[in-house]
Amino acid sequence: MNSLEAVAINAAAFVITLALFGVYVATLGHNPLDVYYVLWLGSFARQISVESTLTNAAPLMLTALCTAIPARAGLLVIGGEGALVVGGVATVLAGVLVAGAPFLLGVAVMSLAGALAGGLWIAFAGALRQYRGVNETISTLLLNYIAIAVMYHLITGPMRDWERVLKTSSWSIPDELRVGALPVIDVHWGLAAGVTVCLILYVVMRRTTFGFGVDVLGGNPRAAQMAGLPINRLVLICCFMGGAAAGLAGAFEVTAVHGFASESLVVGFGYAGILVAFLSRQNPAAIIFLAIILGGVAASGGLLQRRFDLPDATTQVLQGLLFMIVLASNAAYGRLNVFQPAAWRTA
Amino acid sequence: MEGTELGWWGVLIAVIGGAIRVSTPYLFVSLGETLTEKSGRVNLGLEGVLVMGAMSGYATAVLTGQPWLGVLVAGCAGALLSLVHALVCSLPRVNDIAVGIALFIFGTGLAFFLGKPFINPSAPRLPDLDLGWWSDSPHVQSALQISPLFLFGFALALFLAWALKNMRWGLVLRTVGDSSEAAQALGYNITLVRIAGTVTGGFLAGVGGSYLSLYFPGTWNEGLSSGQGLMAVALVIFARWDPVRCFYASLLFGGATALGPALQSAGVTANYYLYGAAPYFLTLAVLIYSASPQRALEGAPGEVSISR
Repeated sequence: MNSLEAVAINAAAFVITLALFGVYVATLGHNPLDVYYVLWLGSFARQISVESTLTNAAPLMLTALCTAIPARAGLLVIGGEGALVVGGVATVLAGVLVAGAPFLLGVAVMSLAGALAGGLWIAFAGALRQYRGVNETISTLLLNYIAIAVMYHLITGPMRDWERVLKTSSWSIPDELRVGALPVIDVHWGLAAGVTVCLILYVVMRRTTFGFGVDVLGGNPRAAQMAGLPINRLVLICCFMGGAAAGLAGAFEVTAVHGFASESLVVGFGYAGILVAFLSRQNPAAIIFLAIILGGVAASGGLLQRRFDLPDATTQVLQGLLFMIVLASNAAYGRLNVFQPAAWRTA
Repeated sequence: MEGTELGWWGVLIAVIGGAIRVSTPYLFVSLGETLTEKSGRVNLGLEGVLVMGAMSGYATAVLTGQPWLGVLVAGCAGALLSLVHALVCSLPRVNDIAVGIALFIFGTGLAFFLGKPFINPSAPRLPDLDLGWWSDSPHVQSALQISPLFLFGFALALFLAWALKNMRWGLVLRTVGDSSEAAQALGYNITLVRIAGTVTGGFLAGVGGSYLSLYFPGTWNEGLSSGQGLMAVALVIFARWDPVRCFYASLLFGGATALGPALQSAGVTANYYLYGAAPYFLTLAVLIYSASPQRALEGAPGEVSISR
């Protein structure tokens, strides 16, 4: 597979999406160039917008892994939103339990709790598929709704912080266990975690026997079975790793951003992560860059809406449009002669 | 108040009435998805189509004052959105389930985007049919206030069940869905049949959306549909791709959705969100019950990837 080809096709998909969006805002009476400028201004032009972009990119990297890792084994998992929420709730529980623990230990326990909860959540869907034949796309989407409903149940009842009047939320984790910003730049440590996990999983998927087995399974399940690969185990581990990444995203949303679980966890990071995974063609290293680009789109959404008086669904429309075009662009792979050196000689 | 005297009977009547009232969108989406899947493709984006139908139907009713025109426009909007799915899936090497997810995100986003100005104005509702005139109880009467769309959906389910077995296009649709090689050998244009199946399915899902915004609950806002379109897709598997079983399954799901509000009006307010999640738990449970790891499901179209 030609990575230059992937970059070129993705870039074309972005350009087509922006052009279509430009045509649309032009019909509303805005100058598309102004809109593009504001997109740039809100995402990468200034330090504050870069910080906001990276803050959005951190959870996107981790939720993208929730789709990308199982996808390498041939599963289409879209449960990142639910795994993030479950991970966030588990983090709050762990944080309250370990109150008074030393900082590093406390944060480690909370992150592990979040990752474990998210991992088991998606591994459950993987087990349903392997042992019962339940379609994993539908089950993970249902699990999203269930996770959100369970969280609302907990934060309005059993785990509610009744002292907070203005916002319905769970208990808060202890203040001394809140995770702060990275050195130099005002972005929380979740970014470092996201980049690290992406790189580790890149190595695991590309350079280990396990990763090779997963790629065989994803490429040809029959061949994997013939070769005697432990298919069920590979699928469950992939689902667990993906879910754990999304659960970790929830953990950092709690420890570094909000301090508690509330409706602020349900802002679509899971769904945008699916898009990042497909853009990256399920490659964990590419996820880092594409999450930053889509983080930029999310970061400039607010400015775009205020400046041009657009509805808040604008970012979602942009994401949906881009997703559709990226999937359609799959048909272009291998067809552009520029990327086929063999074709140069015969031409 | 008689409601408290009726006690648990009141809850039961409310659940049955709710089942009839809530089931219609499930019914239309599942019938539409049955048609699409019978042609050999899965459209997971019908949730987006449903919301788009709800928005466009409501907007039409607000602007023209004609709720039935809204139903028609909702169907057309759904067909148009599904056409996008149908065309993109006709390209080589494109995964229909992934396109469905994109359509889900795009359709709901577009509906919220275009529908923002219509959140406040109120649209004329679709009329009721009173089938509870024989009873003195206001609970029974209100439970049996039925939308003509529900009866239309019931008739449509019977018709589709018959047509898929006896009409020429039904047989062509099933051939294409069961074996594209066989259909090709018979000289049918597979792509065209699948586009037709997806677009017709989208039309029905759009009509189901207009029921949400123009009849029950009868408003337009961003929380209008909470996964009904998606659950209806799962329901098709449970119903084994049979339109009449889609009708029964829709009633079951409607009842589950009505359970939370019915309990709440009977005074049970605890665990509101958990009862609200009942339809999702039910969907997952029926999927686990009806799926099988070894064999292909009975009635499953051979070309559909979702049942393998």
